[in-house]
Amino acid sequence: MNLQELQRTMAAAVMLPLTADEQMRETAGDGRAMTAVAESFIAANSRLSAFERLEIYNRQYWFRVLGALQEDFPALRAVVGARAFEALSIAYLGAHPSRSFTMRNLGSKLTDWLAAHPNFASRRHGLALDVARIEWAFVEAFDGAERVPLTLDQVATLDGDSRLGLQPHLRLIALDYPADELVLALHDREKQQTSEAGVKREEGRDAPVKLPKLRRRATWVAAHRVDLAVFYRRLEREEFQTLAAIRNGACLADAIGEGFANSRIPEARRAQRIREWFATWAELGWICAPDLESLVEESI
Amino acid sequence: MPGNRFNAFQDHGVGIGLRIPHYQHIFSRKPVVDWFEIISENFMIDAGRPLAMLDRILEQYRVVQHGVSMYFGSVTAPDPEHLRRLKQLVRRTGTPWLSDHLCWGSVDGAYTHDLLPLPYTWEAVERTVERVRMVQDFLEIPVAVENVSSYAAFTGSEMAEWEFLNEVVERADCGILLDVNNIYVSSMNHEFDPMEYVNAVQAHRVAQIHIAGHSKYEKYILDTHDHPVIDPVWELYARAIERCGPMPTLLEWDDHIPTFDEVHAEAKKAEKYLHRHSGELTGAAR
Repeated sequence: MNLQELQRTMAAAVMLPLTADEQMRETAGDGRAMTAVAESFIAANSRLSAFERLEIYNRQYWFRVLGALQEDFPALRAVVGARAFEALSIAYLGAHPSRSFTMRNLGSKLTDWLAAHPNFASRRHGLALDVARIEWAFVEAFDGAERVPLTLDQVATLDGDSRLGLQPHLRLIALDYPADELVLALHDREKQQTSEAGVKREEGRDAPVKLPKLRRRATWVAAHRVDLAVFYRRLEREEFQTLAAIRNGACLADAIGEGFANSRIPEARRAQRIREWFATWAELGWICAPDLESLVEESI
Repeated sequence: MPGNRFNAFQDHGVGIGLRIPHYQHIFSRKPVVDWFEIISENFMIDAGRPLAMLDRILEQYRVVQHGVSMYFGSVTAPDPEHLRRLKQLVRRTGTPWLSDHLCWGSVDGAYTHDLLPLPYTWEAVERTVERVRMVQDFLEIPVAVENVSSYAAFTGSEMAEWEFLNEVVERADCGILLDVNNIYVSSMNHEFDPMEYVNAVQAHRVAQIHIAGHSKYEKYILDTHDHPVIDPVWELYARAIERCGPMPTLLEWDDHIPTFDEVHAEAKKAEKYLHRHSGELTGAAR
């Protein structure tokens, strides 16, 4: 077995899901007995068989990646329950094993995957999806790039043809439920559990948490960073749409046009609303000069 | 001269791993620490709190980078984005040398995020040397490779682990981060004499030494970095210092992390060995 074959064989074994009692499976993905797979390249010693030696790595892999996802999505875990979260994590990682040198990116495809696999969150699927969106936005806002924002004076010089950029760490999230406050409450609960005993309490670990009745209501949220901490801010639909259009490269006049599409805000009050948005965005440092690279790409 | 060209001739003394639970203590008390080792991947990001905290540390302390995902032994070529971000961080920290593990962990673009052992074969020597040289050339600083703890041995191995290590560092012309705890853990798991390993290592290439604790299970030992250093590991450390000189030494403590003072006190036990060696040298010079 050459080095590439060995690495492919071992990686496939290490990344194979564990049994329900956290042991290595008896059968490999290709149907071979795992004992034979292990013995084909691993030597036994006086205490451990080849299977047992390979199993150490198999278990470590799953403990590590499941722990990392749990750390990034504590509210999602609380909403669907620990057991369901583990099941969805295993299925997700089976479909999307890490393709990055850093575990920071492990959950980057989770929301898309969960959207396509509603059975993993059963009756709370819509809410779970929103919670996952918010938690992934947190990860991105936490360490996203930061550019020098435009000042209020600079913002005042803009006209309808101006193209702008948004602060890279600003994440815009469209939700079906007002789930942002729920996520904050669940994160607080998580922190409390961690700090009270130094470790997380295990009682009732498999059950989803009891939640207040949340009615479906379209909600728009921005996750952004201020003084190194991540905050969530509710947005009006029109504000969200305007920001999204700016991010997509629309000139200011078009972005505002898209922002007020189907709006119930009376025409007479829109100019005032836009002034207020820009004042807030400038204060929060959300507005930047356009990303020159993206403009070059566009012109090509 | 305690340093060598593999650690940029630095006399770093005894350091500890920079860990988040200790930030508050470090910033408020400003303890005297010879140096901090950082896990590069924790800071290979665009911006935000981790980098801001690192910059505060850099204002007052020496920092050396240690990586966990370069996977020198992987057959798949390294991710250019990984290398770009790593070099960016190297420029930020001014790390005099950089270390990562003599292992593999990704194949065909899929990452296990583990430090998987290599078969000790000539093919693996060639592959690993190629990558170490490439990374060293790209980063333009000395690179040291660390021996890993392992739980599996391969039927196809053609040499002992220390022979493999020596072949790689000689051909790649790089340094060694000698982890004496990993030698101990692997010696228990693979039934060899750990002192034979320490005695065989190319001493003049050792850039840095790691010490750490581990966990014993019924049939094997796991490298958990969650306990104090045990006496047999200190004995290996003493022998390594005797052979290599007073090399920069780092205590790793990554799980169930105690207070800063406890970790620092455990690390400073190494000073006894470093000073003993320095005293012997001074005595011999008289």
